[in-house]
Amino acid sequence: MPIVSVIEAVRDTIRSEMKQNPSVFILGEDIGARGGVFLATDGFVELFGPERVIDTPLAESSICGIAIGSAVNGMRPIAEIQFADFVWPAVNQIVGEASKIRYGTYGKKICPMTIRIPYGGGVRGGLYHSQSIEVIFSHTPGLKVVAPATAYDASGLLRSAIRDDDPVIFLEHKKTYRLVKGEVPSDDYTIPLGKAEIKREGEDLTVITYGLMLHYVLQSAVECEKLGISVEVVDLRTLRPIDRETIVKSVSKTGRALIVQEDTAAVSISSEVSAIISEECFFDLDAPIMRLTPLEIPPMPFSPIQESEYLPSKQKITSAVSKLSSI
Amino acid sequence: MTNELNKSRLKKMFRTMLISRALDERVWILNRQGKAAIAASAQGHEASQVACVEALDPSLDHFLIYYRQFTVTLALGTTPEEQLRTFLAKDGEIMSGARQFPLHGSHPRVDLFSFSNVVGTQLPQAVGVALADKMRDSNAVTLVFFGDGAASQGDCHEAMNFASIHSLPVIFFCENNGYAISVPLSKQMAVENISSRAAGYGMPGVLVDGTDIFDVFEATSEAANRARKGEGPTLIESTVERLLPHTTDDDHSKYRRKDDIEGLSRMDPLPITAEKLVSINVLSKSDIQMMEKEAKLIVDDATEKIGNEPYPGVETMLLHSDLEF
Repeated sequence: MPIVSVIEAVRDTIRSEMKQNPSVFILGEDIGARGGVFLATDGFVELFGPERVIDTPLAESSICGIAIGSAVNGMRPIAEIQFADFVWPAVNQIVGEASKIRYGTYGKKICPMTIRIPYGGGVRGGLYHSQSIEVIFSHTPGLKVVAPATAYDASGLLRSAIRDDDPVIFLEHKKTYRLVKGEVPSDDYTIPLGKAEIKREGEDLTVITYGLMLHYVLQSAVECEKLGISVEVVDLRTLRPIDRETIVKSVSKTGRALIVQEDTAAVSISSEVSAIISEECFFDLDAPIMRLTPLEIPPMPFSPIQESEYLPSKQKITSAVSKLSSI
Repeated sequence: MTNELNKSRLKKMFRTMLISRALDERVWILNRQGKAAIAASAQGHEASQVACVEALDPSLDHFLIYYRQFTVTLALGTTPEEQLRTFLAKDGEIMSGARQFPLHGSHPRVDLFSFSNVVGTQLPQAVGVALADKMRDSNAVTLVFFGDGAASQGDCHEAMNFASIHSLPVIFFCENNGYAISVPLSKQMAVENISSRAAGYGMPGVLVDGTDIFDVFEATSEAANRARKGEGPTLIESTVERLLPHTTDDDHSKYRRKDDIEGLSRMDPLPITAEKLVSINVLSKSDIQMMEKEAKLIVDDATEKIGNEPYPGVETMLLHSDLEF
């Protein structure tokens, strides 16, 4: 199997879906001749023409509003928001409109659209190129939210997102784009939305995470093994609908849960996972649920020293695991 | 479809206006009786609404509406019974299954939809609908309605800009009644006419008298022709009066002068249209009296029937949601 980076997996998957289905088209800022600022659509305008690769004005609300209209009228748009930090003008169209179309028309209209959003930090992005924006969408009935961490998952989940009949927010961690590589089969595989995956099996403690943090957690788990702690790692992969079953099964087995996320803690994915564990694993827990998240300040400082202080790291995870396993 | 308003089309249009008015008045009464939770009246907008719909083809074209559009929905073929059911939120409500405010959702027989109460969101969505048509070489036109209030939204600017860049088959139809709930036009914009903004987007802007069915029909037909020929969007501003407060929950005496309110009936499109149709011998005065009686009868029958229908029960609440199995 070929080894590809996350950005290559994303690019190959969109290209193959566009080749297979003439209803699929892409729109966003700088996605044409420039190929997207991360080159997710490099070469697409030459391949598919400007009718299916639409460079839009800098206007995120209408990027999503236009995607909605075309989806309701039979197309399968993939909208790119250049950076997650720029999605806020479009939240009305996504949360207020797209999420409610199937329910609000009693199933007469559907909105099969994918919104790809590069998010997350650790890339010297400062306050406006580092944000995690998953919570507001993960709170919204009618949306699906996907946040893959590996090239394999990015490809299989993106294919499912594009083929899904409802709006899907597809979050790509921009630090994984070139840093993370993996085997990706060239066949037409899909990964179902809403399913977490155990990325490493262990006995003593469960770490639940997603996105870039998965890689730090896996590196830490190797270290922890040397310290005599066997860590099980759950990669959520989809944030809405969240896979309660996999979380509950793992934590019931190990009796200890650490949640690691790059987003700040208050009312976040870690809050939801913590609530699920409290509701369903209370009598199996040997220690309180622990969360490792950044401090509650706007994400994230441009200064390299402050940026790395802000983010969870392999060392911080190992130290949290050691602490939790000793309770 | 011929672009000529013959006698039978004019009669049909006037009948729709009368039924719309009778329903509108009835819904207001039902609100005061505690039976209809809310209504936004279309009284004053009827001529404009019936005439622009008449210029298009409901079997082909798309219609994105907002909340003040009794007459548009009737003209597109929603029946008075269906219409009343949306205001009373009864079982089988056709647009949203009584999940949404009246007239929101979508229609099973014509491509009519309205998703939300947030003004202006329908404008970029309409542009997307038209983009899909252009990609598939469809000959359809998208007619999107909005009020002067929505014209202040950023979505309005973004939608017109994009539609014009790509020469999309859209008609931006602004019903300018001079008020965004209570805020008069002079506090919404520093220009006199919304249609003058069209120049800034590189599309034609047309100002029409919204009480004149002929004026509205002609402007909309011309915009539709341009759109079908691939010449791009048109902005039509139709000036109308809102004869009643914003909704059943509003009181316009708090922000409109007394003489202003008293003078509103001069802009009532029903007598204006009736007089025109009598003067060109389409209708006689007795025809009109008969048609008014018929409209009241239709609304009485519908009220009696729908009033006794049940509300949707909890058993359908999860349908078409993430929780449906």
